[in-house]
Amino acid sequence: MKGLSRDRWWSVLVLLPSVLLLAVFVYGFIGRTIYVSLTDWGNDPAQALAATPIIRWVGLANYQDLFTGFLQVRFRQELVNTIFFTVFFILGCLGLGLGLALLLDRNPKGEGLWRTLFLFPMSLSFIVTGTIWRWMLQPQGGLNQFPTVFGLPPGSFGWLSSTDAIWQFDWNKLPLLTAVVVALVLVWLAVRALRAADRARAVISGLCAALLLGWALFVGPNVKILPAPELHGFNLALIGIIIAAVWQMSGYTMALYLAGLRGIPEELREAARVDGASEVGMYRHVVFPLLSPITLSAMIILGHISLKIFDLVYAMAGPDNTYTSVPALNMYLTSFRQNQFALGAAIGTILLILVAVVIVPYLRSAFRSEEGHA
Amino acid sequence: MKKVVLMAALALSSTASAAGKLEIFSWWSGDEGPALEALLKLYKQKYPNVTVDNATVSGGAGTNAKAVLKTRMLGGTPPDSFQVHAGQELIGTWVVAGRMEDLSGLFQSEGWNKVFPRDVIELLSARGGIWSVPVNVHRSNVMWYNPAKLKAWGVTPPKTWNEFLTTCAKLKAKGVAAPLVVGENWTQQHLWENVMVGTLGAQGWKDLWAGKLKFTDPKVLAGFTTFGKVLDCTNKDASGLSWQQAADRIADGTSAFNVMGDWAAGYFTTTKKLKPGTGFGWTTAPGTSGTFVMLADSFGLPKGAKNRTEAINWLKLLGSKQGQDTFNPLKGSIAARLDSDLSRYNTYSKSAAADWKKSRIVGSMVHGAVAPESFTSAFGAIIDQFVASRNAQAAAAAAQQLASRAGIGK
Repeated sequence: MKGLSRDRWWSVLVLLPSVLLLAVFVYGFIGRTIYVSLTDWGNDPAQALAATPIIRWVGLANYQDLFTGFLQVRFRQELVNTIFFTVFFILGCLGLGLGLALLLDRNPKGEGLWRTLFLFPMSLSFIVTGTIWRWMLQPQGGLNQFPTVFGLPPGSFGWLSSTDAIWQFDWNKLPLLTAVVVALVLVWLAVRALRAADRARAVISGLCAALLLGWALFVGPNVKILPAPELHGFNLALIGIIIAAVWQMSGYTMALYLAGLRGIPEELREAARVDGASEVGMYRHVVFPLLSPITLSAMIILGHISLKIFDLVYAMAGPDNTYTSVPALNMYLTSFRQNQFALGAAIGTILLILVAVVIVPYLRSAFRSEEGHA
Repeated sequence: MKKVVLMAALALSSTASAAGKLEIFSWWSGDEGPALEALLKLYKQKYPNVTVDNATVSGGAGTNAKAVLKTRMLGGTPPDSFQVHAGQELIGTWVVAGRMEDLSGLFQSEGWNKVFPRDVIELLSARGGIWSVPVNVHRSNVMWYNPAKLKAWGVTPPKTWNEFLTTCAKLKAKGVAAPLVVGENWTQQHLWENVMVGTLGAQGWKDLWAGKLKFTDPKVLAGFTTFGKVLDCTNKDASGLSWQQAADRIADGTSAFNVMGDWAAGYFTTTKKLKPGTGFGWTTAPGTSGTFVMLADSFGLPKGAKNRTEAINWLKLLGSKQGQDTFNPLKGSIAARLDSDLSRYNTYSKSAAADWKKSRIVGSMVHGAVAPESFTSAFGAIIDQFVASRNAQAAAAAAQQLASRAGIGK
């Protein structure tokens, strides 16, 4: 330790508290949650809140219950909801944000005002946004009354109360669907590797894809994880929540895109024009490719927001509306209303894994590029 | 040195508490605040040396309060006495965990076993003890209607659920899109409960929660089927409506009937300024005349309460005739005691109090009397599924599995 200089000592000393706090309150608690999710704490009501509860190790039983248990239909619907919500939320924010940014990039009159206006919703918390939009999406008022301004009959769409779903699929087909999707991705990888003349990689991915497809064709259809078919789909009531979420966050993507657009040197655009590119062609071949890193970071930030969303749904549709529910809401209710701590911890762990799937590749690429710069 | 000061401070504070302190934990705020204030005032008159700390955590039906309570109980600093829905909501959560004190001694010494109906004592009892003191009673099997509109449509309030279905068809033929109005999830559970009590009868309902009647029994399945048919008479936008918004549709005549607890009477008279009997009418939910489906707010005594004597005095006040007659007219509920002074109550409450004395009393599921929260909370998902699929078999099987998990009938 004698190699450490005074400065080094100081830096270690100053960092130590944060490192310790992080270790305990972030990683320690993650570990504790994962541990709890592997026990049966709370499955027996008599033990849930006892002074010295008897907690037994049950392995992955809670996870199995969530994905195949008869009583956990709600959780499975929530997973499907989350996926649809995430896709539409990200597409909506990116599309609207990019559109607004392109408009503002043309230097309209009062640009500063517009920018503030579009960015303003972000300063609200989701709970405020949710309350406002709940009023506007009332079945008997708000948006449904809008057509009456033009003398038309009021709308009757159940923005938050609809119980209809579209694009339904049977949960029993989930292994099959997953296998097909993964196989298709592998095929795509193989084709790409082939084009890059990377023989070994192409062969490996091709083989894996063939194996998976074979499984999906011959074994998959016979796999039954549930005794009866169980349909899940995109519940129309989610549309209202997606609108509110997009309203809140698209200003933020606009700001990101606007910064990106302003960062593109004028010379590049001029060069494209000189080379005879049309306005559309210039955007397609010059501007959009330069914006792709921004799209990636926006997707990651929006993605993790949408996976762990809780307050917006709570405020707009209430905690007990299973048609619009999300896993974070279920985690709260399971743990703190039903006292099923282990099951709640399992839902939390699944959420953590989902968020990690989104965040970790981003962190990796970020670290890599930092190392590259150093 | 610092340690000594700290010890001294601690010693001081504990002597202060010996001089009299009491912490009351509830979710009564807003409309219900004045009723609680009146009780606390009465307590201070009787025990002037005690400082009362009114720890209210606001939020509908106590959702927030229950979360705070859980933290405090698990953290080892329970309030001296806390509000809870009487029955399994307390028993299934805190009594089974061994964290409450048995109050049967108090019931004996205060003579409460005689003044509270036997059915109520039964609901409060489990594992050989009585666990909380009910301060009020609400009735949940009431069907509300708009008398003027019913006359115009030419129908009368139905007496059974089958009769209701005929009335519903008649109303639909007259262009009423949704003869029965329901709101968000818990009001749908509320409706389910009323359909079940109406089809199973009081005894069948009791057996269901005692574990003697399985959810998969043909009788319960038939109840689910009836519930499905009743749902066909309801509005499509249910999950977006609060119970007040649902009640509004009775007042404005878009729907004919609404099944809701008797807190709706307060809403109709106080908020909507309607006259009982002419502006709004009521009867027991179909098939439940002679049955009083009850829920009650009650207070219990957690183990390890810091000011046990003061808390017991508080419970004595809650159970007393004076306490109940001070609280209930303001809260809009009726006294759990059979000897209350009816002249203090309004028109609706008088009729409910009369029924209270002569009806068969059973507990409400959705309001925590017969099922623990772990059941009620997860049951909402089963109802939602049933609303979408109308599969009685699947709903009954799921409910049975949930009941075994929640330890119902143990």
